[in-house]
Amino acid sequence: MSDETAALSPRDKWFRASVAITAGIAIVAAAVGFIWLPPFQAGARFQGVWNAICQAAGLAQPAPTAAEVVTAGYKTTGVVFTPGMFQGAGAESVGRGATLALRCTMCHGARGMSQANSPNLAGQYAAVVYKELRDYKSGARTSAIMQPLVVGLSDQDMRDLAAYYDYLPRPPAYHPASAGPPPEIVVSGATMRNIPPCAACHGGLDNKTGSPWLDGQPAPYIKAQLEAFKNGTRRNDISEQMRNVARNMTPDEIDAAARYYSSQPP
Amino acid sequence: MLINKRLILAHFWLAFAGFGLALLLGEWQMFIRSPLHAWIGNPELYYRSVTAHGSAMAYVFPTLVAMGFGYAITEAALKRPMIGPRWAWLGFALVAIGTVVAMVPVALGHASVLYTFYPPMIGSPFYYIGVVIVVIGSWIWVALMSVNLYAWKRDNPGQPVPLAMFSNVAGSYLWAWTAVGAAIELIFLILPAALGFTTTIDAGLSRVFFSWTLHAIVYFWLFPTYIAYYTIVPRAIGGRLYSDAMGRLAFILFLIVSMPIGVHHLFMDPEVGSGFKFMHSVFTAFVALPTLLTVFTICASVEIAARLRGGKGALGWITALPWRNPIMLATAFSFIMLGFGGAGGLINMSYQLDSTIHNTQWITGHFHLIFGGAIVIMYFAIAYDLWPHLTGRALASFGLMRLQLATWFVGMMVLTFPWHWVGILGMPRRMAFYDYTDPALAAQAASVIASVIGGAILVISGALFIIVLIRGQLAPRVDAGPYRFSVAVHEPRRVPAALNGFPLWLALMIGLTVVNYGFPIANLAALSNTAVPIVPVGTGR
Repeated sequence: MSDETAALSPRDKWFRASVAITAGIAIVAAAVGFIWLPPFQAGARFQGVWNAICQAAGLAQPAPTAAEVVTAGYKTTGVVFTPGMFQGAGAESVGRGATLALRCTMCHGARGMSQANSPNLAGQYAAVVYKELRDYKSGARTSAIMQPLVVGLSDQDMRDLAAYYDYLPRPPAYHPASAGPPPEIVVSGATMRNIPPCAACHGGLDNKTGSPWLDGQPAPYIKAQLEAFKNGTRRNDISEQMRNVARNMTPDEIDAAARYYSSQPP
Repeated sequence: MLINKRLILAHFWLAFAGFGLALLLGEWQMFIRSPLHAWIGNPELYYRSVTAHGSAMAYVFPTLVAMGFGYAITEAALKRPMIGPRWAWLGFALVAIGTVVAMVPVALGHASVLYTFYPPMIGSPFYYIGVVIVVIGSWIWVALMSVNLYAWKRDNPGQPVPLAMFSNVAGSYLWAWTAVGAAIELIFLILPAALGFTTTIDAGLSRVFFSWTLHAIVYFWLFPTYIAYYTIVPRAIGGRLYSDAMGRLAFILFLIVSMPIGVHHLFMDPEVGSGFKFMHSVFTAFVALPTLLTVFTICASVEIAARLRGGKGALGWITALPWRNPIMLATAFSFIMLGFGGAGGLINMSYQLDSTIHNTQWITGHFHLIFGGAIVIMYFAIAYDLWPHLTGRALASFGLMRLQLATWFVGMMVLTFPWHWVGILGMPRRMAFYDYTDPALAAQAASVIASVIGGAILVISGALFIIVLIRGQLAPRVDAGPYRFSVAVHEPRRVPAALNGFPLWLALMIGLTVVNYGFPIANLAALSNTAVPIVPVGTGR
């Protein structure tokens, strides 16, 4: 092995040359990248050599204290979703939810199927029901009917209700062939107006955590919500996702999406 | 002297079978996104296909070629039976099993996360486990290359290691070290989330680990091609290698500077500091060095062949080259594509210029031109050169080989040049759908259609390649003689210890990796509030 390790000795000329060249390049590159270049960047944060080195090294620094923290002038949703948040809700939770749901039947139907153009809740994702209840309670979403009903609900009550509606069987998705192919806005969105396809989050192509399943929801309800997002009267969507989408939708596209999702078995 | 021929053939056939299927997927992706086809209505199908195409082309195909070629080099260059053929079969089996384990969930749509993983997206754990199994299989190859080299050195003290084996082992060491980044990302960050142990992931740290693998893996793909330049081409065209030492130097330089450069894939990412981005940019520039050395040495070697054939004049010797020889043709095409691809790469590696083409189709064009073009066309040449020695049968379809190589070259140029162009126009890559009816995109339609035509030519070329190999398997038996590598003008009698072994260069490789990656990784790992919720892919409700 002497042949192998000979090149690792500092006396070997290959060792001296290669280490010196490599270290030289690294040192010059570091001097340029960490000391010389940073002050050319705009802003006062690169003042001083040590500060420049820390910034260029990517050290996380607290935001400057003088900076104004921007907050919305209205109540935003406080719900944070994590995957698996509602996994493992047992039969007990579903049972408690069924009892609590008796007070919802007037609008949302005896088994979660509405006859009154209120949303159908049967089979809706637990995350969705839970988030809307929380938002009604916190005032992030407003409704003269819903808000008084949720005042007395505990967090566990809301989880139980969500588990119950998640447990109920969904009505079968039904889009009659006579209605033609799904509208463009549902399957393709409008890329140049920054509108992703509805189906990418709301079922059909994919589901995203926190997005409701829309098949079979009443058309007047879907339309009313899109318009509420559009004119800013509903503001509990996380990071303004739905408001940004709805603002760019045309009235025809809103109608088409509502009609498509609401088409029901005859 | 090739003894384990079935082992080597098995590697090549599995590699080319996967390559053929992935090639069809690639062209399908081109076609359904182009103005020639209506929107398929489901982006998931597109991303499923991209995941399969990328995983097969990036992880399985070149790895198997490098492994198979490596075993061939071990026996042919060291002129003795390989140590550990049973282990080699185990490595092959692991790669094959890993491929199936990874591809089944992809085909079912449970892992459409693309081969770059893209956390916080998380797919089926079997996809990641399959990739890990493939890597473990390839690490057996790394170990075997090292064992065979050192056994030979022990029996031949003081003798220069043949250049083919020296470069082959350099490639295996590069792969061993570069695969560590993705392995850490998969085992410690992605798999715990995919298996349900955690619901959040540090996406920034994951991306830094992936960049560790992502760029040097390209040089691992490149190694068989460069080995072919140095050790096959001069012999195949009747010349001599201009300089043996230059070859050793080029492979050593790749070993050192391939690693500390991956952050140039993260120029637009916020989690790495600008100082480290600059350092990675500088070292990326040095990768041009071994390539320029190689271009010089191979051009000189080719000129020697031309002058031996009676070529005259400053440039007139070019006409004296054996242009009907498939290896000559492949090398010329490879150099042209390497030139254009390398020029484009200068844009990508420049910290500032990169922002103009970041995540556009320019990038897709760039790596297809370099990998699919310059590198893969030499994989074809390697297969053509080795086939008679592996099958014991003549490979006589020279016209078909020339047609195959020419269509691959033309197809790749027609595919990638319009891609570069639409990238400059701002067309994003990895999008399932483009609305060409929009005036802002309408101008790109013609270029995209040209790319689809280029892809179709590549499919024809790929089919021709498989036909040539199958005809080779069915041809009459011949004795191809011993497999030989190029002879240098001045064959090395004694080489300095540094150019005959790896300890110094491995130390520099690891040292530079620590310098350029150590702080960014430690810094991100120490931050407590950087994890984000995972986004499960393809799990349904």
